[in-house]
Amino acid sequence: MEVVMIIVIGCLFAGATYLMLSKSLLRIIIGTGLLSHGAHLLLLTMGGLKTGAPPLLDVQAEHYVDPVPQALILTAIVISFGVTAFLLVLAYRSYQEIGTDNIERMRGKEDHD
Amino acid sequence: MTNAVIFPIAIPLTTAVLLMFCVKSLKVQKMISLVSAGALIVASAWLVRLVDHEGIQKLDVGNWPAPFGITLVSDMLSALLVLTTSVIALACLLYSFFTIDSKQASMYYYVFFQFLIVGVNGAFTTGDIFNLFVFYEVMLMSSYALLVHGGTKIQLQETMKYMVINVFSSALFVIAVGYLYAVTGTLNMAHLAVRISGAENTAVLTVICLLFLIVFGLKGALFPFYVWMPGAYSAPPAAVLALFGGLLTKVGVYSILRTFSLIFRQDVGYTHTILAWLAIATVVFGVIGAVAYRDMRQIAIYNIVAAIGVMAFGISLMTEESMEGTIFYLLQDMVMKTALFFIVGAIAYVAGTNQLGRFSGLLGSYPLLGWTVFLSALALGGIPPFSGFIGKALIIRAAFDKGQLLFALVVLLSSLLVLYSVMKIFIQSCWGEARGYEQKRVAPLYVPIVALLSLAVLYGVGAEFVRPYIAQAAATLADPSMYIESVLKE
Repeated sequence: MEVVMIIVIGCLFAGATYLMLSKSLLRIIIGTGLLSHGAHLLLLTMGGLKTGAPPLLDVQAEHYVDPVPQALILTAIVISFGVTAFLLVLAYRSYQEIGTDNIERMRGKEDHD
Repeated sequence: MTNAVIFPIAIPLTTAVLLMFCVKSLKVQKMISLVSAGALIVASAWLVRLVDHEGIQKLDVGNWPAPFGITLVSDMLSALLVLTTSVIALACLLYSFFTIDSKQASMYYYVFFQFLIVGVNGAFTTGDIFNLFVFYEVMLMSSYALLVHGGTKIQLQETMKYMVINVFSSALFVIAVGYLYAVTGTLNMAHLAVRISGAENTAVLTVICLLFLIVFGLKGALFPFYVWMPGAYSAPPAAVLALFGGLLTKVGVYSILRTFSLIFRQDVGYTHTILAWLAIATVVFGVIGAVAYRDMRQIAIYNIVAAIGVMAFGISLMTEESMEGTIFYLLQDMVMKTALFFIVGAIAYVAGTNQLGRFSGLLGSYPLLGWTVFLSALALGGIPPFSGFIGKALIIRAAFDKGQLLFALVVLLSSLLVLYSVMKIFIQSCWGEARGYEQKRVAPLYVPIVALLSLAVLYGVGAEFVRPYIAQAAATLADPSMYIESVLKE
């Protein structure tokens, strides 16, 4: 199971890198989204997957799944949702204001005035 | 175990929530912010006193014992940093009262301001590496909002880049935390230190250590990760910039200081040498930038980069003396950089431009402003009675003791160039015939500027009184067993 996860994470990172290197803002934002999904999956995988019973107090089990990565991933997902939402709003606003979504043209100070 | 630790986080958090309910009245907002900033200073001064008298303070949130629950820890270093943050917050607040126009301020400006303080104080206080990430995000989210606050074109485009870089580095942070958890099975910093000191597979840990160095280097503007800074910091108004210059990058430095002194001690010869090289490169590129630009803002921004390099170099030496120097320098640099951005902002306000050479002769109409530039140049360059001197002297002495002559000389030389770069602002804006500026009312701006500068001078002149505290903080860093014991025992 871990091997499958590693391949998925690798694909996500590769896709994210490809998208983040492009010039269009929207692609970059999708890239950051993929990147954080990859990071979250990695976090989940790092604790070890499905090694026993669920980590509940009333289950008497020898082996149980590590609950910490799940708590961490939950926090990280919330944060990345918030940031992505902010990023999308910002991109929309700057598209309105600057009139382009090409990151190459978003350089310099006086160029667009 | 006391609750004193949580006040520096809880006070701004409560204030921020409270402020959201009175966005209608700017007057009420200002009042509440001011009262809370005062309370924050009192609370953090009390915390410093408590740490001084009773040792390291910690709070297990929700009463879950240390390695399992979330722990907030305040040793002398974090208590001092929290105190400095509170002072800077008050000064920036005063400066914002006069410089941020009411239309902009009524759009939740003070709310984001308070949330930024929550993030910074939280990052200084937390004793757990995942919560460091969470507080980083709190801080960064408010910094995005403050950076874009006002919504001019330049702000929009620079915030976009700043955000993308920080989202990337946050993802890297999560990855690094994931790896660290996989290898050690814990996230509490004290517990990590114990586990790592007994670890067998140090090669993996070295990789993780360097991953953390990249993450913190990105936030702290270390070479080669500082490239985002000149662009991003050229956009916001002076009050916001002063807040960023004083606090944001220093959180990165603090994180490097904490993790490299407490957790990643398993391969000092390799990791800390890399840090030393990066630090020296940061110093060199910082001063090159500071000397090259004619834009006052850029000069000040590259001064931050150079100072970060000096601190990182102090960290890489890993002796008690160098730690002491680093802490000395870190605290004074937070205050001085904030003051410098205040001054640059005030000059730009009367001159209407950041470009040197378009105006001159400020000294005639604004003598106080002129002399504050002069004073801050001396302090930043590290001329003796002023505050920059002691920190640099300690770091350089430690470097000579360790036989790193070349690096020490680079740092010494960089001080001269830093002095030159700020003196350039003084000479070109204050000397000569009076031209290119207007008579404006700047008297209210002097309050935070003079307050911070006199604090910096007092800090330098009264170094004897401050030193016991700094020495205590450095001792905890040089010998982490004290920290580990007070977090894990009880």
